[in-house]
Amino acid sequence: MDGEPLVRWDWIWRNWSTGRAGSIDSLLQQHVVMALLPVVLGLVVALPIGLACVRWRWLYQPTAGLMNVVYALPSLPVFMLLLPATGLGPATVIIPLSFYGVAVLIPAVVDGIASVPDHVRQSAVAMGFTPLRRLLRVELPIAVPVVLAGLRVVAVSSISLVSVGALIGQGGLGNLFTDAFKRDFPTPAVVGIVLIVALALLVDGLLLAAQRLLTPWQRARGSA
Amino acid sequence: MITFDRVTKRYPDGTVAVDDLSLEVPTGGITVFVGPSGCGKTTSLRMINRMIDPSEGRVLLDGVDVTTVDPPTLRRGIGYVIQQAGLFPHRKIVDNVATVPQLLGWDRRKARDRAMELLERVGLDTGLANRYPFQLSGGQQQRVGVARALAADPPVLLMDEPFSAVDPIVRASLQDELLRLQAELHKTIVFVTHDIDEAVKLGDRVAVLQVGGHLAQLDDPATLLARPADGFVREFLGRDRGIRRLSFVPGAGLGLRGDLTVPVSADVASARGTAEPWLAVVDPDGGPLGWAATAGLPESGTFEAVPLAPYGTFVRDRDSLRAALDAALLSPSGNAIAVDDSGRAEGVVTREVLDEALVLAAREASRVAGETRADEGPGEAGGAREAADGR
Ligand SMILES: Nc1ncnc2c1ncn2[C@@H]1O[C@H](COP(=O)(O)OP(=O)(O)OP(=O)(O)O)[C@@H](O)[C@H]1O
Ligand SMILES: [Mg+2]
Repeated sequence: MDGEPLVRWDWIWRNWSTGRAGSIDSLLQQHVVMALLPVVLGLVVALPIGLACVRWRWLYQPTAGLMNVVYALPSLPVFMLLLPATGLGPATVIIPLSFYGVAVLIPAVVDGIASVPDHVRQSAVAMGFTPLRRLLRVELPIAVPVVLAGLRVVAVSSISLVSVGALIGQGGLGNLFTDAFKRDFPTPAVVGIVLIVALALLVDGLLLAAQRLLTPWQRARGSA
Repeated sequence: MITFDRVTKRYPDGTVAVDDLSLEVPTGGITVFVGPSGCGKTTSLRMINRMIDPSEGRVLLDGVDVTTVDPPTLRRGIGYVIQQAGLFPHRKIVDNVATVPQLLGWDRRKARDRAMELLERVGLDTGLANRYPFQLSGGQQQRVGVARALAADPPVLLMDEPFSAVDPIVRASLQDELLRLQAELHKTIVFVTHDIDEAVKLGDRVAVLQVGGHLAQLDDPATLLARPADGFVREFLGRDRGIRRLSFVPGAGLGLRGDLTVPVSADVASARGTAEPWLAVVDPDGGPLGWAATAGLPESGTFEAVPLAPYGTFVRDRDSLRAALDAALLSPSGNAIAVDDSGRAEGVVTREVLDEALVLAAREASRVAGETRADEGPGEAGGAREAADGR
């Protein structure tokens, strides 16, 4: 090769925070928003649908089937499809990612509620919980670990998928890859990969910590 | 009082779980539903708190048809305990116990205080209050289940095989605990089990159900054992019916011999020349140590040096003739040592005395078995008997 090093530290320093669009820190920020907004939206949409599927079992099969189809759609054509409606803005990336989130989280909600042991549900009924109260006070809290496991999968995959948006200029840190290719200059690509992986690990760690905090009743299960 | 008035439950798939069941569960007593798996015990129990509604007939709670009461309201006044305890895994023990008071809108403080009181009541260390259910043993979880069911002081308690998932020793202690609690609380308890020994131990009355949901017999335990209504009940009661009946004959009336015990510090010379083959040796506090054979006593010294044979005891004021017989069978002398509540020997019940008591018990049993049912009207037991015989 021409002796170009894998990482040019001076390039990183110069481009970290320039105050202009395209600086590494602004891309990082954009990446976080575009990756995590779909997770939140996905959860908000999946929760009622999942609960409806629990309430009306016959809904679940068709819904799950539809969601599998959604999940199987490659992201690029979906972007193309959305372009006329949403243009080159971040919504074009956020919307499909939200759908992926919904697709993963509906089964997570359904499985989470299904993870409530039958004798626990029965005893809640027998003690005189109304259905709504039982859902809020017994079933959802017990579903938390399963839902959070789904949420971790969605968050990590969303963080990695955002980079595909670079193809329409809305890829957050993914833009560093296109930059690297265009200029045949590896440093931005390395920075992008490292930051994306670090971000994924950080978010996953935070969600894990949240799970520990929310479910102290589960913590010692494995070692008990 | 809980009344089943010609109750039938047919599930949507056609299964008849309970068939034309009529019976009364008296207030303040333990009524046990016992029968083989699938005979409709759980179904019957759940029709009381409306977890299941009858297909035909009515279930009345103190004269009120339960189907006229809003289920959550009805249920908050009925304690419910199930086999796996059904504790909420995500709530601390104290919050589990405080569940119904909180549903009833008690303030948090009062509900927690009540929960702590109940934990003590059921024999749990209040130090467990801030643990989660998974940090408790199965037996402890069951106790929490009982405490939770009692938390709002409901007059009625439904228990569906609450003790069948724990080992026999824990089960026995939970049963004793329940009887102790019941002696204080006088709840109306419906207790479901498939274990006839448990039924006979706990029930003031025992309803034997047959697959298909027929009531085969409803009687107090002693009568049930003495006089099974039909072949099904007889078979269900099992082999040791005669022996088990002895559980209902008190041991308190057995005559004691005071001259068959010796202190361990006594000189063996004092026993020489006695015609009795065995003496019960007791420690300075009066606690039994074992049987000494008078034939093999050493030349001199005290009973300290004498090898002792194993022994059995029963508590005279509390235990039954069955326990006395058991104690006798545990010693080579064939005699039982009677002790008081603190474990001090009160005297010895000899084989001869036991023999006499057994003969009396046998006569009494056959008298009960042969008795006509003049004392009962055309009650449910008689009706059930006809129904069962007519099959
Ligand atoms: N939801 C249901 N749908 C159809 N059949 C049912 C249903 N629940 C129970 N059954 C049937 O009704 C009968 C009585 O069931 P139930 O649970 O009352 O028995 P049980 O006496 O409590 O038995 P076990 O000792 O095994 O708990 C059984 O034949 C059972 O298969
Ligand atoms: Mg059952």
